[in-house]
Amino acid sequence: MDKFGSAESTKFDTYASRMMPREEYFTSGHRSCQGCGEALAVRWVCKAIGKDTIIAHATGCMEIVSSAIPQTAWLHPWIHVAFENTSAVASGIDAALNILERKGKLKGPRPKVVAMGGDGGTSDIGLQALSGALERGHNFTYVCWDNEAYMNTGIQRSSSTPFGAMTTTSPPGKKSIGQKTWKKDMVAIAVAHGIPYVATASPGYLFDLYFKIRKAVETPGPAYVHVLSVCPTGWRSATDLSVRLARLATETAVFPLYEVVEGRHRLTVEVPKLRPVKDYLKPQGRFRHLREPEIDFIQKQTLANYELLLQKCKSPFPEFAPIHLPQVG
Amino acid sequence: MSKSWDQWTWQEIEIGGVLTEPGSARAYNTGDWRSSRPMWDKKRCIKCGICWTVCPEAGISEEPDGYFDMNTYCKGCGICVKECVTGCISMVLEGE
Amino acid sequence: MAQKMTAGKRIGMEVSIAVSYAVQLSRAEAIAAYPITPQTHIVEHLSSLVANGELEAEFITVESEHSAMSASIGSAAAGARTYTATSSQGLALMHEILFIASAMRFPIVMTVANRALSGPLSIWNDHGDIMAERDIGWIQIFVENGQEAFDHSIMAFKIAEDHRVLLPMIVNLDGFILSHVVEAHELLDQETVDRFLPPLVPYHRLDPAKPVTMGAFAMPELYTEMKMAHQMALTNSYGPILEVWREWGALTGRHYQPVETYRTEGAKVLLLIMGSLGEVAETAVDELQALGEPVGLVKLRLWRPFPFEELRKAVAGADLVLVCDRALSLGGGANPVLAEVRSALYPLAVRPQVLGYTVGLGGRDVQPADFIKMLRHGQAEAKQGPSQEFFMYGVRG
Repeated sequence: MDKFGSAESTKFDTYASRMMPREEYFTSGHRSCQGCGEALAVRWVCKAIGKDTIIAHATGCMEIVSSAIPQTAWLHPWIHVAFENTSAVASGIDAALNILERKGKLKGPRPKVVAMGGDGGTSDIGLQALSGALERGHNFTYVCWDNEAYMNTGIQRSSSTPFGAMTTTSPPGKKSIGQKTWKKDMVAIAVAHGIPYVATASPGYLFDLYFKIRKAVETPGPAYVHVLSVCPTGWRSATDLSVRLARLATETAVFPLYEVVEGRHRLTVEVPKLRPVKDYLKPQGRFRHLREPEIDFIQKQTLANYELLLQKCKSPFPEFAPIHLPQVG
Repeated sequence: MSKSWDQWTWQEIEIGGVLTEPGSARAYNTGDWRSSRPMWDKKRCIKCGICWTVCPEAGISEEPDGYFDMNTYCKGCGICVKECVTGCISMVLEGE
Repeated sequence: MAQKMTAGKRIGMEVSIAVSYAVQLSRAEAIAAYPITPQTHIVEHLSSLVANGELEAEFITVESEHSAMSASIGSAAAGARTYTATSSQGLALMHEILFIASAMRFPIVMTVANRALSGPLSIWNDHGDIMAERDIGWIQIFVENGQEAFDHSIMAFKIAEDHRVLLPMIVNLDGFILSHVVEAHELLDQETVDRFLPPLVPYHRLDPAKPVTMGAFAMPELYTEMKMAHQMALTNSYGPILEVWREWGALTGRHYQPVETYRTEGAKVLLLIMGSLGEVAETAVDELQALGEPVGLVKLRLWRPFPFEELRKAVAGADLVLVCDRALSLGGGANPVLAEVRSALYPLAVRPQVLGYTVGLGGRDVQPADFIKMLRHGQAEAKQGPSQEFFMYGVRG
């Protein structure tokens, strides 16, 4: 895993773009909104997972914009079944590949398995299936497209919606400041399953994302990558700011970029001097109603979480004792 | 299938609704959506390829001379303008 | 162990174990299952067969039935022969995925050990669970005893995987009454089953060498045609189903029909039932015939696609048919089987009177004497004109 290194920078290494693979596996012609940060992330994840990969995808924005019969934007073998079960579908694919491989029925290299789902399909309705698949130790990578609400159905809140955000089911009003709870920590939940690789990634740092996905799919066993998917439509931000907002999320510590390898935390993008969270909140209409006390709270909580993360990165102790299951049979 | 998909008979639909042509979405020209388009100032462009990297549509392609330009799929979101290192891209209204 | 059994020898074993041997002999490759009474013995025995290397398969201990069916779709899509089993609440939990499995045309085979649906909670046998799944677009049959459960479990793979069919299939067997009862079974040996059931050849597969997109969505312009294609697939599976059953008959001497009849020649009154109560009803028919009464029995084996012609033929000579449902369609005018039978007979110019009874709900025992009481009640009702839409037999109060 060390051979992939990490992208430690706060802006792109200028000419690295030309060295990245040119072939598009998530083709043009998909119907995402203009400036969709999620589509940008999907484009690069699909390049990173390699040609010999099977994708199981949950119902959601990326599934809908890319698969209206008869048009598909996917060049990979791809299956969509329902909203909450993509991890279970991926488990079935993984098991089938196991038995087909044992029986000598696979021609060519054994394909990788990648499950993809939005924040709703991952941290809410899909949590059970995800937990089951992680616990059973299937050989697959789960990628969560976190645009922080149920965007495809019209911007309703999920457990990934950040505190104070406006959504249609957490609207600000005389008796409400928007989303009442703090964003659920999916990375911690994934780590709690004792899986070998967990990471956060962002379309603000596409090379970091690319190499993390490469690492995730090459890691035997389950891997989980949580991708901040900037959504100008739901976040009420300008369409041309999607990459910039993703970068601001990391620069303000709202969405730090790190990986957890065998339970050990490591920042992959260092931010020597953090920016205030209001730099991140201001360009987004979904936070427009927030006043000083709420912004203050968000600032304090963000820093507290970040401090804890930094402690974990420094800690000599991993989150779990390494589990290396003995081979049987 | 030369017939438009909304005229298919039930017998003409693939079993299970499976789509057997990967990437068939390329038939849909998302460029029809845009109301403004990016324009490159080649005198300032350093051919770094960052614009190509950040386009959610894969709507930017490299030209034979190494410069980059939008292709037919560009939706006009403007991310490339904001991310360009030299600031050589600007948005102009369609039709100008 | 199945391999040591030879044809011609009848061995006593629990029906669940026989079903698991059928799945083993069918060389199922991916089994995703979640335990629920009374299906547990099937999946437990399959687990041990896999654990001992006697079945070369992947057993996925999924965390719910919804995931069991989802994982089954995943494994079928990747090209593995796929099996699962469930009952009652588990079947209900799979509900939304069942429609998808058949629409996507995956040849999954599932045993349902029929059990009543909550509420109240009941672990005992009736057909409420499968009757809530009439419209899922799967092939569905009912078996009457252990031998049938064994036979049809193997045949199900052959039917489902036929490229003219490509539909998932459910074999219904009565929970506890069959699943947990020791019966005599004649098993087949592996070579015979291998000759009967060749390896799965998937029609569409998730394969990077030939990428496809599965599960794309349909605009209003297409949805109707896609459901028509599904309907036609299910309707047209009738021919291949009978072909497979005929082949089995030639192989084993056990012949199966979509509609089985018992002593219906010259019968003016018919009982109609599905599942294991068929054998109890046969005893009642024998008693009545011994008294000189022209009573016969019709047993529906094939439930979906519904065997219209066979049913019409089976009841042609009768004046009165008493349909015994093991499920209740609350608030409706007819229980499931009653509704289907009446609907099938409606277009006929000459048709028998059809009355309906709910019987044996939630594991309530049904004896031959109960069928006779129902018959007497039905004959009286038929003469005076029925006083109710249908009758619930044996209710206290």
